[in-house]
Amino acid sequence: MKQLSLTVNGRKYEVLVEESDMLSTVIREKIGLTGTKVGCSQGSCGACTIIADENPILSCITPAIRFEGKEITTIEGVSENGTPSLLQELFVQKGAIQCGFCTPGMVLTTQDFIYHHPEASREDIKEALSGNLCRCTGYKKIIDAVFRICTVK
Amino acid sequence: MRFSEYAQLSKQGVEQLPKEEESAKIIGVSRPYIEAEKKVLGKAEYADDLHFRNMLHCKFLRSTHAHAVIESIDTSKAEKLPGVVYIAKGDELPVKFGVLPVSQDETAMAIEKTRYIGEIVVAVVAETPEIAEQALRYIHVQYSKLSEYFTIDSSLEDLGEKEKIHDHTKFNNNIHKKAELRFGNQEEGIEQSHYVSEMEFEFEGVTHAFTEPHSATAFWDENGLTIYTATQVPHYLHRALAKVMKVPLSRVRVVKPYVGGGFGGKSDPFPHEMIISHIARKTGRPVRATFSREEVFLSNHGRHPSKLKMRMGTDQDGMFKVLDVDVAIDGGAYGSFGVVTSYYNGVLLQAPYDIRNFGFRTFRVYTNKPQCGAMRGHGAVNTRFAAETLVDDIAHKLNIDPCELRIKNFYKESAITIGQFRITSNGSRLALEQVMNKSGWKEKRGKLPEGRGIGAGCGFFISGSALPIIWNEYPQTVVHLKLDFDGRVLISSGASDIGQGSDTMLAMVVAETLGIDMKKVFVLAADTLLTPVDLGSYSSRVTFMCGNAAKSAAEKLKQEILEAVSKQKEVPIEELNIEQSRVFTNDRKVDLDWLEVIDITTANRGALTVSGNYISPKLGGDFKGAGAGLSPSYSFGACIAEVEVDKKTGKVEVLNVWGAHDCGKALNPMAVEGQLEGSWHMGIGQALSEEMKYFNGLLLNNNFIDYKIPTSLDTPDMDTNIIETGDPEGPFGAKECGEGALHPVIPAIANAIFNATGVRITKLPIKADDVLEKIKANLTTEIIE
Repeated sequence: MKQLSLTVNGRKYEVLVEESDMLSTVIREKIGLTGTKVGCSQGSCGACTIIADENPILSCITPAIRFEGKEITTIEGVSENGTPSLLQELFVQKGAIQCGFCTPGMVLTTQDFIYHHPEASREDIKEALSGNLCRCTGYKKIIDAVFRICTVK
Repeated sequence: MRFSEYAQLSKQGVEQLPKEEESAKIIGVSRPYIEAEKKVLGKAEYADDLHFRNMLHCKFLRSTHAHAVIESIDTSKAEKLPGVVYIAKGDELPVKFGVLPVSQDETAMAIEKTRYIGEIVVAVVAETPEIAEQALRYIHVQYSKLSEYFTIDSSLEDLGEKEKIHDHTKFNNNIHKKAELRFGNQEEGIEQSHYVSEMEFEFEGVTHAFTEPHSATAFWDENGLTIYTATQVPHYLHRALAKVMKVPLSRVRVVKPYVGGGFGGKSDPFPHEMIISHIARKTGRPVRATFSREEVFLSNHGRHPSKLKMRMGTDQDGMFKVLDVDVAIDGGAYGSFGVVTSYYNGVLLQAPYDIRNFGFRTFRVYTNKPQCGAMRGHGAVNTRFAAETLVDDIAHKLNIDPCELRIKNFYKESAITIGQFRITSNGSRLALEQVMNKSGWKEKRGKLPEGRGIGAGCGFFISGSALPIIWNEYPQTVVHLKLDFDGRVLISSGASDIGQGSDTMLAMVVAETLGIDMKKVFVLAADTLLTPVDLGSYSSRVTFMCGNAAKSAAEKLKQEILEAVSKQKEVPIEELNIEQSRVFTNDRKVDLDWLEVIDITTANRGALTVSGNYISPKLGGDFKGAGAGLSPSYSFGACIAEVEVDKKTGKVEVLNVWGAHDCGKALNPMAVEGQLEGSWHMGIGQALSEEMKYFNGLLLNNNFIDYKIPTSLDTPDMDTNIIETGDPEGPFGAKECGEGALHPVIPAIANAIFNATGVRITKLPIKADDVLEKIKANLTTEIIE
């Protein structure tokens, strides 16, 4: 067991982790934030996406010990005081959510993407979403939601 | 990006986005799911997110042999591992179960022998998942191999002295079920035909690939067993658990939390649900099992691989005279829904085209692979593909527009089919004409550039099975409503929302019927202790059946409210209106807000409860097999696809899909669009990229890298069209939209490939190699000619 200090959604945590623990396990089991979903444990579906410093990370295949001193944002940290962000609100209003299991990963991937590419086209968005699998929507309404944000701004 | 920046962005966003006004109208107006905000915030709890104190974790040792006798199991070393609490083997749970009463052929763990690679042989429960996982490596199982059966053909053959997969099958082969129905006279139909199109088809298996892996937690207390599980069928699981645990039905409670997709893949009672329930009883502690993605693939229950031979005859004018099909489907190791699947392969071909000489024969065989079951579009997807391909071929041979040919042969708006299905609303023609217009069918067909093509397909599906799986007089669903002093209406229903939006549908139906706003309704669903029985989310039954039950309950509650107001205010009940959460007379002499209404209604009696239910009318013929495919209503749809084929490589790209589906009435258009787009996405996957690849019974592509569901880049633009025909018996005219839409998209793609290249697709998934080979063969033929 190793001591790990990291900041999650603005709050500091000190946790004991195994070297083999993935970040998703630490976030879900030790910190208790279950909004981060684990769909494959192989880094292939994107449901576990979180943001570490500036980058979207597949937390199910990344060892937690790599995040010593890092600042992490999970789905619980995207909203403020329980109020959805603009992107989250658009996901809701555009019908981009069905079963909702891929949603946290989709939101974090795209929140990061639009922050860096506020003028993105639909094709850019498709490309950005291609690492996040959704089996319910056919992606159309997710792309609609993300694309809409470029026009709201 | 730092957390603080996210927070800022959040804040800006909320200020900038205009909030939409709450519309007074509910039915027919798009709205997000009632739980959408909870899901987008990451607050919705799925089975693996729930926290239980003192919980143990279960992991499974799975068979490495496809068909083998279990000679011995040595768990002695695993037992000594600190943290291991319980190790269970098959003989502890000998009672067989299965979703259908006729296919109770599965035990929780393999007993005596294993029937597929991946079958559970031993279960280990430990203090942590890691310890349980480690203990699995210390268990030694000795197998002796039996003859293995991996193909339909090997399972159809007489086995001689070799051991069958299941003892209970009738003959000395591995045929599980044979079904045959014939109407009219197929041979006469062939004789009357000017042209008969005949082809053979092969289909690989595909699987649901929902994003949330199976997960469940079971515990026992003074009330018996409680299990929280990702299921589409709490009721059938309730029954199966009572049977396997040998406890009365009154000692089992199944609770469905939020479920991350199902598509039929969570519609059976599962072995892991039995095992953790058993071990929770033995240990007195909650036990959880959460599958890895590999285990999800190994559990399968997906679409049956199949082989079929179909012939379809037509007269000179293009009127279909006969449709005849022989189908064999590969069921894998156990029964699941397979008997139903067998029939659906045939019976769901009897519409949308009126064909008087219609017949089919299907075989379902057992093989030594993970079992197949129900998957979106259940049973009818592959045979529909074949039929729509033959229709396209007939059109080509007779030189008729394939869409016009279809329109000639459609059943009318209301009809009784040859197999006595009662069609009460039929949007086939509207759907097909809509996609013809939207796609520019007439302008494009035959005029597209080299390598491009356009094709069409149609579909037909049930809107809920009219017969329950377990035959009894219990209604198909019951919905309770409770109205109390605070003005809230609690909807209590067994309906299982798996992401398709049934909770929202119930709330909308009740709010609309009662004339109140959505904020006054609250949905309690899918808890077999707290909610009345609903049979589950399968066969596209929920909107039709639960919607009708909710509507009938709300009408009763409305009556009770109006009676109370009428009595207290001394006005005739006919003069009272209930709208926008007020009860009033036209002259406004009585004009009460909702809380005043509640005070009057609850005076001297307290909270009110009412009950509504749905019972399907008696339907169908009196011949054997008449019940298969009977539904109170049927859905219809059409797709047109445009493709580009690279003739040098055979690679197919779907450029666009125009789809239209007759859902009767879109209660929530945005939700209906979501179902249609999701169906087309899944169909495109089966058409172009998805297949379960086995090598000697070993599933090779048990992950999302190798099992390729379409990503955002692989999914073409989709033009979504809702057709409303107003079904006379559906709630507000609604019928299904979650499965039927899948059918037409696959043949539309294949027919577009034919249009582009002259190559006829008879195998799914469509592979570049096959297409290229056929392009080359066509070229050779042309040169010779």
